[in-house]
Amino acid sequence: MTAPLHTGAEGFLHRFDGLRTRLPGARLGWVQQLREQAAESFRAQGFPTRRAEAWHYTDLRQVADAGFDEPLSILGAAKTLPAPHGAWRAVFQDGRFRDDLSSLDAAPFVAASLAAGLGTLEDRLGALARPAAEPMAALNTMLFEDGLVVTVPAGVAGGVLDLLSLGSATDRPAAFHPRHLIRLEAGASLTIIETATGPAQARYLHNPVYEIEVGEGATLTHVRLQQESPRAFQLGTLYARVAAGGTYDNFTLNAGGKLVRNEIHASLDGPKATCHMNGAQLLRDGQHADTTTVLDHAAPDCASRQTYKTVLSGRSRGVFQGRIHVHQVAQRTDGYQMNQALLLSPEAEIDSKPQLEIYADDVKCSHGATVGEIDADQLFYLRARGIPEPKARSMLVEAFLAEAVEVVQDGAARAALEAAVNGWWEAAA
Amino acid sequence: MLKIEGLTAEVDGKPILNGIDLEVPAGGIHAIMGPNGSGKSTLSYVLAGREGYEITGGSVTFDGIDLLALEPEERAASGLFLAFQYPVELPGVGNALFLRTALNAIRRHRGEPELDAMQFLKVARQRMQALSMPEDMLRRGVNVGFSGGEKKRNEVLQMALLQPRLAILDETDSGLDIDALKIVAEGVNALRAPDFSALVITHYQRLLDYIVPDRVHVLMGGRIVQSGGPELAQQLEASGYASVQAAA
Repeated sequence: MTAPLHTGAEGFLHRFDGLRTRLPGARLGWVQQLREQAAESFRAQGFPTRRAEAWHYTDLRQVADAGFDEPLSILGAAKTLPAPHGAWRAVFQDGRFRDDLSSLDAAPFVAASLAAGLGTLEDRLGALARPAAEPMAALNTMLFEDGLVVTVPAGVAGGVLDLLSLGSATDRPAAFHPRHLIRLEAGASLTIIETATGPAQARYLHNPVYEIEVGEGATLTHVRLQQESPRAFQLGTLYARVAAGGTYDNFTLNAGGKLVRNEIHASLDGPKATCHMNGAQLLRDGQHADTTTVLDHAAPDCASRQTYKTVLSGRSRGVFQGRIHVHQVAQRTDGYQMNQALLLSPEAEIDSKPQLEIYADDVKCSHGATVGEIDADQLFYLRARGIPEPKARSMLVEAFLAEAVEVVQDGAARAALEAAVNGWWEAAA
Repeated sequence: MLKIEGLTAEVDGKPILNGIDLEVPAGGIHAIMGPNGSGKSTLSYVLAGREGYEITGGSVTFDGIDLLALEPEERAASGLFLAFQYPVELPGVGNALFLRTALNAIRRHRGEPELDAMQFLKVARQRMQALSMPEDMLRRGVNVGFSGGEKKRNEVLQMALLQPRLAILDETDSGLDIDALKIVAEGVNALRAPDFSALVITHYQRLLDYIVPDRVHVLMGGRIVQSGGPELAQQLEASGYASVQAAA
C-alpha cells in the first residue's frame, strides 16, 4: 500500500496526464519513455519527505502544498536584464528559452534551446540524471519543456557564457523544470555564470536539472548565483561527470529564495580529474537553504576540494550534507571538505552532516565542520579602532566568506560573485 | 585629560580593581608598573570599553566627558587608543582595508574628509617606513602570520595613523627584542606633544629607558600603592615588587 501523495505531487501528475501528448518530444519514442518512467518514479515516491535520509533536514511540505500551474505563454515584452558578465548570453523566462533576449550566434561553441534540438539528444538527455533515485529529477524529467544545450568542441576556449533564469510574477504560482545539458569535449574550456532571479513578489518553483560532461583535460568553471525572489522555491539537481585530467569547478551562492536546495552529484571518472565544489549561503529571517553534495571518486589520482560557508541571521535555517565516496579503484585520492557556519542570531539553525566512505587504502581525505558566532575579541578590536559596530560586524562576516570566495579563480566569475555578496549585504544592512 | 577616581571593577564577580585614583594631565606620560595579576590589563580594557568587566564604583572622565558611558568606538573616536598586549588576528580582513576603515571612521568623527585608497596608501607608506615595516604587511590579513614584533609594530602603526590624544600601551614591550623596542618607543615619542598623553603599562623598566615617563605608579592588588618620578622604575628594577609590597 502506498501512502497518499501530497496535493502538489498529485497536481503535477495530473498535469503530466494532460500534457503528455503536447510536451516537447511527445512524438519521440525515447523521450516518451523517459517521461513515462520518470512519472512512474514520481508517482511512487511523490515529493520526498523527511523520512528519506537525503531529505532529513529539508521539509518540502510548503512546496508540496503550494499547488503550481505551468507557466503562461511567454509575452514578447522586453525585460530589463542585468548587465552580462561575458560575451554570450542565454536567457530563460519561466524555464523557456528567450531567443530574442539571448545572444549566442557568434560564440565559438554550440549553444541552443533544448526543445528545438531534442531529436539529436538521445545520447545526452538522461545520460547522468537518475530520476529513479532523485524525486526532483523525476519531476523534472516528467515535465521539462526546455533548457540549454551547450557543446564546446575539442580544444576550444569558450570564454564566458551567461545563463540567466527569470521567474515571473503571476496570479497563480508557476513551476518550471528546465533541463540543461552541458558538454565540454577534450581540452575545451568554458566559464558559465548563471543567475537565477525573479521580481520580489513572485512565487514560483524553479526545478532545474543539469547534466554536465567534462571531457579529458577540459575545464568548466560554473558559478551559480541563486538570487531568486524571496517568495520563490528553487530545487536544483546537478549531475557532473569529469573525465581524465578534466576539471569541474562549481561555486554556488545561495542568497535568495524562500526554500532552496542545491544538490550536486559529481563523479570523477578518469585519472587525475579534479572537482571543486564551493559555495556560500547567506540567509535571512525565514529562509531555508540546503546544500547537498555527493562526490564519487571513481578513478585513481583524482583531487576534490569543497569549502562551504553559511551565514545565518534571524530565524533562518541552513543545511549542509556532503558525502564523499572513494571507490576501491581510486587510489591516491586527495579529498578535502570543509563546511563552516556563522550564526548571527540565536534563533538561526544549521545542520551539518559530512559523510566519508572510503574503500581504497592509499587515500588522503580530510573533512571538518565548524559552527560559531562572531568572535567577541575580533569585534572589540575593530570597535576599539573607532569602527562602528554594524560596520565591524559586516567586515567580520565578509572575512568569514572570503576564504570561499577567493577560491574562484576566473576574474569575471569572481567579480560577479563579489557583486552578489555585496548586494546581499547592502540589502541586509 | 584623563581622570580616574575610586574606580572599582569585577570580572565574573571577582573584584580586580579596588579603587584606582589616577590623573594624567595633557602632555603627560605616565607609567603603570606592577606584577602579574595586579590589574594592569583589566585597567586598560576597562578604559577602552571591553565587555565582560563590571564597573562597580568610581568614575573615569576624559576631557571632562564620562568615558564609561561611551561605546568602544566612541571612545576611540574621541581620541583614546589602546595598544593591545595581544593584538587580535583577523583572518580574511586585509590590513590595508582595516587601517583605512579605522582611519576614515575617526576622520569622519573629527569632521575631516575621508581618504580614498590612493591617499591612504601614501600616508600609510610614510608611517610604515618610519617604523621599518615592510610594505607587504598592508596586503596581509590583520596580524595574521605576523611575528610578535610585527604585531606590536602594527599597533604602533595604527596609533601613528589615528593620532590619538591619549594612548594606553598595554605591555607593548613584551615579546620585543631591543631593536623592535627602540622602534616602538620612537613611534610613541614621535607623537609627543602638549595635547598628547600616554599611559604606559609595563612589567619591566626596560621600555621606560626609551619612553621616559613623567610619573611612575605602582599597581598592586588593584590599587595604586606608590607613585613617584622616573627613578621609581629603576628602584623597582633593582629591588623588585616585593619591597613595595612590604612598604605598602
